[in-house]
Amino acid sequence: VRVVERLVLAVEKPLKQAVWDCRMCGQCILHATGLSCPMRCPKNLRNGPCGGVRADGNCEVFADKRCVWVEAWEGSRRLPLYKDHIEHLQKPVDWRLQGTSSWINLVSGRDGIAPAGWSPHPALPQRRTVAEGT
Amino acid sequence: MTSPSRLADRLRAGTFVVTAELSSSNSADPEATWRRAEVLRGSVDAINCTDNTSAHVHLSSLAAAHLLVERGFEPIMQLTVRDRNRLALQADLLGAAALGVRNVVLMSGDDVTAGDHPEARRIYDIDSMQLVEVAAAMRDRGTYLSGRKLEQAPSFFIGAVENPFAPPLEFRPLRLQKKVRAGADFIQTQLVFDVPLFARFMAMVADVGLIDKVYIIPSIGIPRSARGARFMREKVPGLHVPETLVARLEKTPPALQAEEGIKLAVELVNAVREIPGVSGVHLIGIKWEEGVVQVAGAAGLLPRPTLSPLVTAGGHG
Repeated sequence: VRVVERLVLAVEKPLKQAVWDCRMCGQCILHATGLSCPMRCPKNLRNGPCGGVRADGNCEVFADKRCVWVEAWEGSRRLPLYKDHIEHLQKPVDWRLQGTSSWINLVSGRDGIAPAGWSPHPALPQRRTVAEGT
Repeated sequence: MTSPSRLADRLRAGTFVVTAELSSSNSADPEATWRRAEVLRGSVDAINCTDNTSAHVHLSSLAAAHLLVERGFEPIMQLTVRDRNRLALQADLLGAAALGVRNVVLMSGDDVTAGDHPEARRIYDIDSMQLVEVAAAMRDRGTYLSGRKLEQAPSFFIGAVENPFAPPLEFRPLRLQKKVRAGADFIQTQLVFDVPLFARFMAMVADVGLIDKVYIIPSIGIPRSARGARFMREKVPGLHVPETLVARLEKTPPALQAEEGIKLAVELVNAVREIPGVSGVHLIGIKWEEGVVQVAGAAGLLPRPTLSPLVTAGGHG
């Protein structure tokens, strides 16, 4: 398995770094971010832009760079598939997967494992009430 | 028994609420926090305690919020994912609940490079959206993110933020929807100086069907001087201040600029009040609590309904 992973990484890493400036988080969600790698965001935001995006669409931190999420939004509009996946709530990053092959993690299902207390809401719930006394 | 949020009660009763930001303290003396808060007593429904605002170190929002609880105020504790990982965030959320804090506002936070420790390591272990989900899981399912059970779940009224003026503008309402799906009960927005642009945002929010699913509270800034307004326009990340507004203050003689700033803020309050889906205003006078009181008064928002007594100290079951 080790050898397989090394071989896959030998292809995956240079390819994704060259095409998407991939940061090898090992849990790829490029299809949901308009093919703009969210790990390039200085705040590692995986669910959308922060409030600091500049009026010209550039990053709060790197004034000379486009905001990763401005690119993600524009990219998602151009995607023939998965357009609405940018609206999905992404689970927290599993930092143990850093540097591993997201292709292998996808096939093995490893990248789909969320913390036990994580439960994304598929449908929009009604206005919640504060649980009083519970 | 945990006492519920009095801010939530008010919003659910349909009251147009007034919240304000407490200037952050750099004092080890609690009196410094109380002195500023006392200025706001009776003029607002709840008070935000900021979390290392503008990425500058200050008294922790948890401590400030607890100090406010002690004196019978209704605090809103801000918490950013910039300075803490998921363990520390959950620990502080639970700690806040144990100290009587019922309202939280969860956000990414300005980047460390904007602050007084630009060399610091930024954390961003989870993002603000995920933190909303985590807080909601603690409240609704009584578990930590790990799935481990809490002995007693907190009863948070969960807030989040949105910047209607930052690109990509068309994505902002959808991002807001994600936050509501994650569990946000109310939203405090970035400072609104451009009412038409804010109205456009609110129309998009209505189109997504969120108007009756989340309480939206726009922030209104109270400029104290033309210089301050100029600084906000040019230097503060994420702020959108129209040139006409700065020019109006610059045309005003310096001695009258504070008064003009109040007038301006009152006009903004009256304008956003007319927009469907706006549930209140969040007034921000930077190191100027007196300005908040003046704006609330001049906008006809006073007196505020009196707060029901707090059931906190010794009131936990």
